[in-house]
Amino acid sequence: MSTIAPEFRLSRFIASLTDIIFWVLLIFSLVGLPLVFILLFYIKLPIVNGQLLTPYLAMTWMADPSRTIPIIKSLIHTEFFRIIAFPGFGFAALLAAATIFVERKFLAKIQLRVGPLYCGKIEGILQLMGDGLKLISKEIIIPAKADKPIFWVAPLLFVGTAAAFASLIPVAPGWVVSNPNVGLLVVFATIGFFPIIVVLSSWSANSKWTFIGGIRALHQMISFEIPLILSLLGIVILTGTLNLTEIVESQQHYWWIVFMPIGAIVFFITILAELERIPFDLPEAESEIVAGWLTEFSGMMYGLIQLGTYLKLYAFAGLFTVLFLGGWNGPMVWPPFPQEIITNGITIGPITAHIPGLPLFDQDMLNGTLWFVIKTVGVILVILLPRGVFPRIRIDLLLYTGWYKLIGLAFINIFIALGLLYAGVLGHGGLIQ
Amino acid sequence: MTTQLPPGIQLETVDDRIMTLNVGPQHPGSGHMRLIIKVDGDYIVSCDPDPGYVHRGEEKMAEYRNYIQNIPHLERPVIHDSCNILYPYCLAVEDLLGIEVPERAKYIRVIASELNRCVYTLYWLAIYGIFLGHSTMFMWPAGDRELFIDLLEAMSGARVTHAYLVPGGVRNDLPANFEERCLRQVDYFEKRIKEYQAIFYQNPVLRQRTEGTGILSRMDAIRLGTTGSVLRASGVDFDLRKKEPYDVYENLDFETQVLKEGDSYARSLIPYLEMFESCRIIKDALRKMPKSGSVRTKLKPNPKGGNDEAYRRVESGRGSLGFHIISNNRPEPYRVKISVGSFRNLICIPYLLKGEKLGNMPSVYWSLNYWPVEADR
Repeated sequence: MSTIAPEFRLSRFIASLTDIIFWVLLIFSLVGLPLVFILLFYIKLPIVNGQLLTPYLAMTWMADPSRTIPIIKSLIHTEFFRIIAFPGFGFAALLAAATIFVERKFLAKIQLRVGPLYCGKIEGILQLMGDGLKLISKEIIIPAKADKPIFWVAPLLFVGTAAAFASLIPVAPGWVVSNPNVGLLVVFATIGFFPIIVVLSSWSANSKWTFIGGIRALHQMISFEIPLILSLLGIVILTGTLNLTEIVESQQHYWWIVFMPIGAIVFFITILAELERIPFDLPEAESEIVAGWLTEFSGMMYGLIQLGTYLKLYAFAGLFTVLFLGGWNGPMVWPPFPQEIITNGITIGPITAHIPGLPLFDQDMLNGTLWFVIKTVGVILVILLPRGVFPRIRIDLLLYTGWYKLIGLAFINIFIALGLLYAGVLGHGGLIQ
Repeated sequence: MTTQLPPGIQLETVDDRIMTLNVGPQHPGSGHMRLIIKVDGDYIVSCDPDPGYVHRGEEKMAEYRNYIQNIPHLERPVIHDSCNILYPYCLAVEDLLGIEVPERAKYIRVIASELNRCVYTLYWLAIYGIFLGHSTMFMWPAGDRELFIDLLEAMSGARVTHAYLVPGGVRNDLPANFEERCLRQVDYFEKRIKEYQAIFYQNPVLRQRTEGTGILSRMDAIRLGTTGSVLRASGVDFDLRKKEPYDVYENLDFETQVLKEGDSYARSLIPYLEMFESCRIIKDALRKMPKSGSVRTKLKPNPKGGNDEAYRRVESGRGSLGFHIISNNRPEPYRVKISVGSFRNLICIPYLLKGEKLGNMPSVYWSLNYWPVEADR
């Protein structure tokens, strides 16, 4: 029997870590520090509160929590932080990256493989970074007959639209990048942009495969957008609002999937089609049309499209959680912040550190984020599961499913919602006030 | 003066309704061949297969080597089914040289060629799975092949190109404890391939997609001269192992699998069902095999064939596979003609794909059990 992979050994792993630390320290002290001091020699240092701001003084201040924590707190509450880091792009991209890794290992287990194994020592955890580096270092090839401006801008548009979509998802109470009163309509509008971008990119590449793939994507996305919108109407009827945060707050006692399972199923199937996941991956069908509308993208352009696809996956899973699974609602499991740290400070041996300004995040927000992440990751896993089980569907069967079955089911769902409303189960005097 | 284009290719104008697609040879959905497909919207108007990208002149090469030197290079067209492509060669050479094969060698040959048929079928099935976008069906057969590849490695010493069958018997005897190990692995294999039924053959999406597509009627199958699983899927009960039994197949207990539908689902199901029959044959052969004895008749050094010719054919993984060898009193054959099942099944493609949707192209094409390298020889 041939060995599949070298066995993981803790001693070797620790040795490699200490190796890396040694070299970092060596290079930093021999090259980095002298460079910093040469630079400081030429800079005129400012005087703050009558003291010359030397690097040592700056470091002393930075280590003082009473000075740094207010700065961090004020940073957290800026719009910039929301867009870049927490409910916005950074959080979504991190969750998407984790999703790719989980998808690979998960699919490998279904298919009796081991999945990524070498990169990053432990179970190939850094495989994604390796892939990203490879994509960045690859040459970007533009077809000679392509419409170059549109071809260049298509991946950026795709990522931008996907990020805009992700920014509409409320993660925790009060934690959402943008909270318009007609949130659900904005979601529909954002989803409506994707077919346009796909057709633009596929047409501008001027290749037969991308053309066929783009047309297929157009058919698929447009014919599945109608059941997507219709399947969510039931929730709008019952809650009477389009604001996503209010929809989450309306599910404090009962999730909408309890009353509208048909709508949830229809919405889930349309998610699969909108995301071009197997069994609906016709626009990228490898054995028929090479890679569909992605055929001519190379290097980081392809990487951007992939990033956009996974952002879209996160956003759709988050939308499913928000609309049907109660969003951030869940039992309080996050432990409260210990009060004695605020009053007495942290005692470590002889030293007592007083850190005013804690906690950075309140308990509601942390608990809400935890429940949101758990539910979203669960939905993502269920979205990924069909890839290991189903083959690709054909275009006529796809359109038949979209136009006949799903729209019919979505209407049944709307009638159920109306029935619930007028029978008095929900609303005033019903189960939910 | 207009430039002469190769046949099958036309220049397109902007307002052309028909679009020509070159599927292959650098397309993930073609083998080492090209399909020139013309589509009108999503429907295929015409399809023109263009094989020959891996032509290696095996027949000509065989004219410059003697009967023993020919063994290793003649199995190159189908390295996954090498025992079955050497089988008719050995039979024909034995006819020419007048060699008797020991009884034990005949059984070992049958076992080797049935194991190899399963290995080939699994490889074909793996590609069929990935052509339909079913990546699990790519990984499972590719992993389960290892069972029989290990057995063949124990028999012959090579994992893929075995060169195990030689004129006069087999190259070497079975290793110790082979029968026990073989029975154990065949039992496990049968259990394993039953799981394919649930994930692949009974999959509603697959059945929707392949049932009723690319229908080849019984008369068309006979008229077009198809062979092997394509012929049997169209309702013709024709298996050379039953109809013209060679070596010890007449003593063994198995059945021919025949389906009536003739669509790509039936064509993909027949090789799968035949894997169970192969397992039956292997178990039966292991039971009936003489436990000891010679496995190879010694040939004279550099044997010469008479002024004679011989034609023998066997049932390979892709249908009837025949060798026609003409000799003229020399150590080398005068002419070797290989008739392969793949090339005979290729002629169906234009008939089957015409009027189909583009999405059916991979399933119809690969259900024909076509092996491009073998067809080009």
